[in-house]
Amino acid sequence: MDLLEYQGKQLFAAHGIAVPSGEVASTVEDAVAAAERIGYPCAIKAQVLIGGRGKAGGIKIAADRGEAEQHAGAILGMDIVGPHGEGPFRVDQVWIEGGSAIATEYYASVILDRGEKKLLAMVSAKGGMDIEAVAAEDPEALVKEHVDPTKPFTAAEARPIVDAAGLAEDVRDAAAEVLAKLAETAQAEDATLIEVNPLIVTEGREVVALDAKVTIDGNALYRHEGLAELDAESIDDPQEAMAREKGLTYVKLDGNVGILANGAGLCMSTLDVVAQAGGAPANFLDAGGGSKADAIVDALTVITTDPKVTAILFNIFGGITRCDEIAKGIVEASSRLDLGLPLVVRLDGTNSEEGLAILAEAGLANLHQETTMLGAAQKVVELAGGSS
Amino acid sequence: MSIIVNEDTKLVVSGLTGREGSFHGLRNQAYGTDLVAGVTPGKGGQDIEGVPIFDSIREAVEQQGANTSMIFVPARFAAPAIDEAIESGVETVIAITEGIPVLDMLVTYWKAKQAGVRLIGPNCPGVLSPGRANVGIIPAQFFDPGKIGVVSKSGTLTYQIGNELKQAGEGNSSIVGIGGDPIIGSDFIDILELYEADPETEMIVMVGEIGGDAEERAAEFIASDISKPVVAYIAGFTAPPGKQMGHAGAIISGSSGTAQAKKEALEAKGVRVGESPTETAQIAVEVLRG
Repeated sequence: MDLLEYQGKQLFAAHGIAVPSGEVASTVEDAVAAAERIGYPCAIKAQVLIGGRGKAGGIKIAADRGEAEQHAGAILGMDIVGPHGEGPFRVDQVWIEGGSAIATEYYASVILDRGEKKLLAMVSAKGGMDIEAVAAEDPEALVKEHVDPTKPFTAAEARPIVDAAGLAEDVRDAAAEVLAKLAETAQAEDATLIEVNPLIVTEGREVVALDAKVTIDGNALYRHEGLAELDAESIDDPQEAMAREKGLTYVKLDGNVGILANGAGLCMSTLDVVAQAGGAPANFLDAGGGSKADAIVDALTVITTDPKVTAILFNIFGGITRCDEIAKGIVEASSRLDLGLPLVVRLDGTNSEEGLAILAEAGLANLHQETTMLGAAQKVVELAGGSS
Repeated sequence: MSIIVNEDTKLVVSGLTGREGSFHGLRNQAYGTDLVAGVTPGKGGQDIEGVPIFDSIREAVEQQGANTSMIFVPARFAAPAIDEAIESGVETVIAITEGIPVLDMLVTYWKAKQAGVRLIGPNCPGVLSPGRANVGIIPAQFFDPGKIGVVSKSGTLTYQIGNELKQAGEGNSSIVGIGGDPIIGSDFIDILELYEADPETEMIVMVGEIGGDAEERAAEFIASDISKPVVAYIAGFTAPPGKQMGHAGAIISGSSGTAQAKKEALEAKGVRVGESPTETAQIAVEVLRG
């Protein structure tokens, strides 16, 4: 789960990291009122879960009330596309904060290093720009040091990293303190990524986090009540929200072929095979390891709520999942929902013969059986027609 | 031979008194696995279908000679249960539980390393050595004994490929589900090394997916340390960046962890990568039969 900038900054503040104070607003009127309270100049920043906001025009400085109104009006409602083509992300909220007198921009982060099984602390004197580009052009400018995950990480241990990065001497103690607190925040809040870019030095020589990118481990939300509430509010897509409510693992995509498979790996593979057959998947939906009839009804409800879907593929390899249960679910869903769409079903594995018999007996007019995964993918692409 | 589990496996199951734990634990026993004990704190002295229950894993080790522990404990209690297993004296811990906080696993990973205990998972289907032993939730009926070692991040995808191998008349020395979490006890490299040393394994099928760089690291390791042929499959070519695809670890972060990058890394080291599970099984059979 990714936090918006202002949510990340609130988390930083709770752990003693200096951040500019500000307010969040979702209307131009509220944004202007906030700007008036905060004073000018102030920054008006789009709150979306993607980098590159500045380049996209999502961050503006307002010098007076007129500019605050103009910028808030332009930013609220705009669509921002990420540097790797992510999104678009619609801006529903802006964060208004006091303008900072920036002397220098640095970079600091603490991330989970999956390969090395440690936390990785990183610092660079070259902040305020794309850090991947900095690392590519001038690798020595980005100092990386692993943190022992079994122990607390102190400012004294952070200090050599800050020294190696060549930050201004007078702020090294403060920067080391911030780095240690970022690691503390990661460990206390179950964050797998914390990135501050830029970490600024103000003209008054204070070290302040001017941005915040934070990812919280979804598996740990049960022990962070406040963050779990943010997570529940964070889903914009109506199908994704509905799937979450029903306890299904669903990811919305752009195509017109609805997909349901059991197991995350098989489901990803099904999307790939449909794409290879010339189709465009509408979603990822893992029906889970022990899918029962009710779960199938829920899954079909979510898939068919997407108006783009023109055909649906069930790709089931029953291990623990029993194919007869899946077949019962399909028949049940067909009677409960008005499924006008073609349904391609491939059932293999545990109790597949019983499952196929149940489907044959039901005699559903819109149902097509296929025996192989590849055959099923080709069939559903043919029935779905061109992507709308 | 085979790897990780076999006729010498003496299994203790944490969570054997729970619904899932008893279903799968007894299923493993029915397959022929030597299930010697269950563990549920506070239920020591009871039994499940004649299998004695202990309060701690250490008691199961001391009294029943357990050498392999399977963890079927709910996510919020699972990391301490794995820690307990690591300290109990067993050689191998297989953690099936899904949804364990990743920073807990980070600490547990190093405990296992320091204790010299082999940890498989979490969020994995377990290990099956066909005809010998099954520890976990892998449906054994889709696999025959044979010469192909399988290592995979995914459960059902492995069943799909294993079943295609079986239909083609081939079988497996072992099938190891390493799990789909960001931090897992054993990576591809650890399992590849075991297959390399296993005389019965003639070739290896590796099933990866988006996220992290375990496949890229495996590609390097295959080039330097593995003499047996390896065939791979990668899932997630159509996954959009930034979206978690079911498994906690299956996520493309920015431009890293893509299926394309993994495929290219493996192919650069001479590993053939199948386009689909079906093609992967076909290539494996072709390679095995020369």
